[in-house]
Amino acid sequence: MKGMKGMKDVSGMSGVVRETWLVFRHATRAALRQKAGLVFGALQPLLYLVLFGPLFTAVGTWEVLVPGLLAQLGLFSAGLAGFGIVFDVRSGALERLRVTPAHRAALLLGRVLGSSLTLLLQSAALVAVGYAFGLRAPLPGVLAGLVLMALLGVGLAALSNAIALTMNPDLFAPVMSTVVVPLTLLSGAFLPMSMAPAWLDALSRATPFRYAVEAVRDLFAGRYLTPTVGVGVAVTVVLAAVCAVAGTRVFNRVNA
Amino acid sequence: MIMTSGLSKTFPNGAEAVRGVDLTVEEGEIVALLGPNGAGKTTIMRMLTTLLRPTAGTATVAGCDLLADPRGVRGRIGYVSQGGGIGPAEPVGEELELHALLYGMRPAQARERVAETLERFGLTHLAGLPGGALSGGQRRRFDLAFGLVHGPSLLFLDEPTTGLDPQSRADLWDHLRRLRRERGLTVLLTTHYLDEADALADRLVVVDHGAVIAEGTPAEVKGDAATLDEAFLALTGRSLREAA
Ligand SMILES: Nc1ncnc2c1ncn2[C@@H]1O[C@H](COP(=O)(O)OP(=O)(O)O)[C@@H](O)[C@H]1O
Ligand SMILES: [Mg+2]
Repeated sequence: MKGMKGMKDVSGMSGVVRETWLVFRHATRAALRQKAGLVFGALQPLLYLVLFGPLFTAVGTWEVLVPGLLAQLGLFSAGLAGFGIVFDVRSGALERLRVTPAHRAALLLGRVLGSSLTLLLQSAALVAVGYAFGLRAPLPGVLAGLVLMALLGVGLAALSNAIALTMNPDLFAPVMSTVVVPLTLLSGAFLPMSMAPAWLDALSRATPFRYAVEAVRDLFAGRYLTPTVGVGVAVTVVLAAVCAVAGTRVFNRVNA
Repeated sequence: MIMTSGLSKTFPNGAEAVRGVDLTVEEGEIVALLGPNGAGKTTIMRMLTTLLRPTAGTATVAGCDLLADPRGVRGRIGYVSQGGGIGPAEPVGEELELHALLYGMRPAQARERVAETLERFGLTHLAGLPGGALSGGQRRRFDLAFGLVHGPSLLFLDEPTTGLDPQSRADLWDHLRRLRRERGLTVLLTTHYLDEADALADRLVVVDHGAVIAEGTPAEVKGDAATLDEAFLALTGRSLREAA
């Protein structure tokens, strides 16, 4: 039914891609306007970097710590991305968009990519501050690590939006900000899980984020083609795809 | 423009909000759905605008089948919801431009349409403000701008003037009359103000408990009663205002 009946779709890009781009651009503009939000979202890992980093590096290295803090940042920033949609449901703005002929998947995806870009900017800032403190990771490794984290952000943000649309909106922020704490701890963000007792190690293996953290640690150490990197990339790609599909399903179904 | 047959909605919790509504709206008509709070007006509107899936019945809206071609319907209609759709933080003009672009307009065309629409509703000087900085009347005019920026042939308005001061209400009525006169716009609106229905609508459809209980021109619905208020009281045994 696309492009039929005189719809004025004259741009070169096909419908979904164009609409996703429009929503993404809009969401990004809005996010960049909220400078306080951008900074505040990255504040927690930044505080860990500044106030815990010097302690950690007495026993470990910045190249081990910073990837963990990137995961913490990702879990908080993208994990709470759904918070924005709660407001849009309340204000009626989401419903207004759902009455346009834009594909509903594009309304979600544009928003999620916007959150992921926000995460990427925050992550880059965190790495930059890390450099000031003594991080010495090779640039290709850092770039690859940031891309992996941004991809993780896509999955998490999609999931977060889906959860926000299905659960009691008043509970979303308190529940999610609590849920991301154990997920961060289990990812081995603060101390490598190789130091954990067997049961904790096993529990951590059941969460997807551990694999991403370990992969980014390898990348930051300049080890690019290791099994750990392979597993981390594979888990992250699958997670992002599954979450994006699940999120779109929920978004299509919910009568927001 | 609109033709429904046996349109029904039963919510998952068992609430039968709409029961077998047959509704016809001709091109260029202004039709008012009139009824007390909880009558099912919003539910009817949300079904016809593809936001809610009917549990039974069929409908054709703006030439498209509601169930088979919801995107076709969405491309041809405008909808102003009961609560509006303006977020507090973003500049409303930017939101309006995104809205226009999502209807498939090219950027230059969208900007032009946005400027035109802002001008028409006297909102040009407010376009840079975030939604939260607008008064109730200004917000409602922006809501109308969102509903019309893409030039739909059919507009749904859910309680467009509830909570507005008399001057803003009168202005909004004028806008609607002018749009119908100039562009042949078809309007389905809901209201629980009898004077609004009387002043604006060619035809009234009175709903109560999810079903149509009377239909006709304001004069026909009034019948022998002196006012629409009395007619409504006679029809439902309740006063509209009291129920609202
Ligand atoms: N999402 C929902 N779930 C359950 N019941 C609902 C829902 N939305 C509306 N209702 C019920 O359906 C009936 C009609 O509501 P509504 O269409 O909003 O009426 P109106 O717009 O005429 O005031 C009411 O009894 C209301 O409580
Ligand atoms: Mg209502």
